[in-house]
Amino acid sequence: MEIKFTEENLKKLEEAKSHYPTNDAALMSALWLAQYQFGWLSNDVMKYVGDLLNIPYEHVLGVAEFYTMYNKKPVGKHHLQVCTNVSCMLCGGYDVVDYISNKLDIGVGETTPDGKFTLIEAECLGSCGTAPMMQINDYYEENLTKDKIDEILEKLSKS
Amino acid sequence: MSDFEPIILKKIPDYHNIEIYMKHGGYSSLKKALKMKPEEIIEEVKKSGLRGRGGACFPAGMKWSFMPQKTDKPKYLCCNGDESEPASFKDREIFEKNPHQFIEGTLIACWAMGIKTAYVYIRGEYYPWIVMLQKAIDDAYSKGFIGKNILGSGYSTDIYIHRGAGAYICGEETALLNSIEGKRGMPRFKPPFPANYGLWGCPTTINNIETLANIPPIIEKGGEWFSKIGEPKHPGSLLYGLSGHINKPGIYELPSGTLLTDLIYKYGGGVKDNKAIKMIIPGGSSMPPLRGDEIDGLRMDNEHLKSVNSYIGTGGIVVMNEDTDIVKVIKRITKFYYHESCGQCTPCREGCGWMLKILDRIDKGMGRPEDIDLLKDVANNIEGNTICAFGDAAAWPVKWAIKKFIADFEKKVSESVELPVTNKVHSLRLAVQE
Repeated sequence: MEIKFTEENLKKLEEAKSHYPTNDAALMSALWLAQYQFGWLSNDVMKYVGDLLNIPYEHVLGVAEFYTMYNKKPVGKHHLQVCTNVSCMLCGGYDVVDYISNKLDIGVGETTPDGKFTLIEAECLGSCGTAPMMQINDYYEENLTKDKIDEILEKLSKS
Repeated sequence: MSDFEPIILKKIPDYHNIEIYMKHGGYSSLKKALKMKPEEIIEEVKKSGLRGRGGACFPAGMKWSFMPQKTDKPKYLCCNGDESEPASFKDREIFEKNPHQFIEGTLIACWAMGIKTAYVYIRGEYYPWIVMLQKAIDDAYSKGFIGKNILGSGYSTDIYIHRGAGAYICGEETALLNSIEGKRGMPRFKPPFPANYGLWGCPTTINNIETLANIPPIIEKGGEWFSKIGEPKHPGSLLYGLSGHINKPGIYELPSGTLLTDLIYKYGGGVKDNKAIKMIIPGGSSMPPLRGDEIDGLRMDNEHLKSVNSYIGTGGIVVMNEDTDIVKVIKRITKFYYHESCGQCTPCREGCGWMLKILDRIDKGMGRPEDIDLLKDVANNIEGNTICAFGDAAAWPVKWAIKKFIADFEKKVSESVELPVTNKVHSLRLAVQE
């Protein structure tokens, strides 16, 4: 597959570049666009982004490695990120991790064989008042119960 | 409930909508501010006594006055919405329920400091809230509140959102600057301070979202009005966040200096299953924890919390009931700091890992009698020995939990040691000393 931004993403990147006095500053926006288009940031994708912005690949790699939300390896279609930090832990965050892990038969950090789900433990997602919770791709699912998790996974497995 | 009239989280339906916001007097403070001289605005903010809401409680007016008035370089404002401190979830309420008051405050701040570009740094996870704020910014652009020649004043300002990508440290102001510049979010040495050498080496001010949201009412009603709300040394309302073992968790906007017991029992509906409280974190996970028996009569503002060796931080309160395993909680918090350390300073990078290892073996019943002292030693060597305050934030919970809950730690350690006495840790420690 040829690695190339869509016309729309190229336009979005130009828009992002116009917000800053340097090209470097648009790197995080560019990596976000790349992650949305290609699913994850492979070395080739990072090289492509670096070439586009005229930034050395090593710098791009450094930035991508520093931030947890950039996926440096492929993830499932639905990225289940369960918060287990203090407030969620007190409200059963680890039970949520165990429940999902058993239900999908995958460990933390693993992806289901059909590529649909990846399960990870996340640090505080700023949803402490609605604990326990998880982030699925870009959206939050809050006040989780076993029934609610069943419902969510059921819905997602069909999509 | 409370008779307190909220300053930020107003109980008006659809207040996030620009039409509704304007119908209730929104953006009139901006109009008023544009007719004032910049130094008059800074004076008004100084008079209000408004302190930064990001945790350090630095006086906002004073911070603004540090910005050089005459400079050839562009000046920048960074609005800190990184909000990654565990137990903090207040800024997202502002993005969701009252984004325009924050935008208006940002514009007034820009006018007061002569700034033409403001960046709103929002953590990457808050994607839905980024969309909400972007919508509000777009609406404000279309009404002529942001952009070129604002309301015919001849003054122009742009506001851009910069999306983070999952790094707690980017809430530290100089790490945030590096992140906006497209670098790894590593804190910078201070001095030079951002007011002189910030974004791209230009004068920069960094303010918390909640701080900026307080500006429009201060301009509208005057600094003196604001200075009389709540505790005089830390005036205004605070967005307290309640979480953990509590019946009604959530964000409560109340005057500073509200009784902690009122927050928990009157507003928060009390502890789940009516249990007793064992530990409380008063302002986000970095703040030294309190024992359940320390909270009677304790007022929630920075001055009163200092008297019990803690700080208000971001106002995120975590309530833990009598059954809570303190070692497990502290271990989890330390795991967070271990994960989030940027790795720049050795004491923090290595120390957090060591603390986690020691806590893990104590928790698993494999602790050695000297481990508690070792833990304190490591924490003490992190605190104060790093570029930014992250080191302190990682050391405090460990250090103070040991101080306040020593029995819990000793119990776990002594379970793993076979000695024919009750207090094994104490006996062993004496034996070592002799």
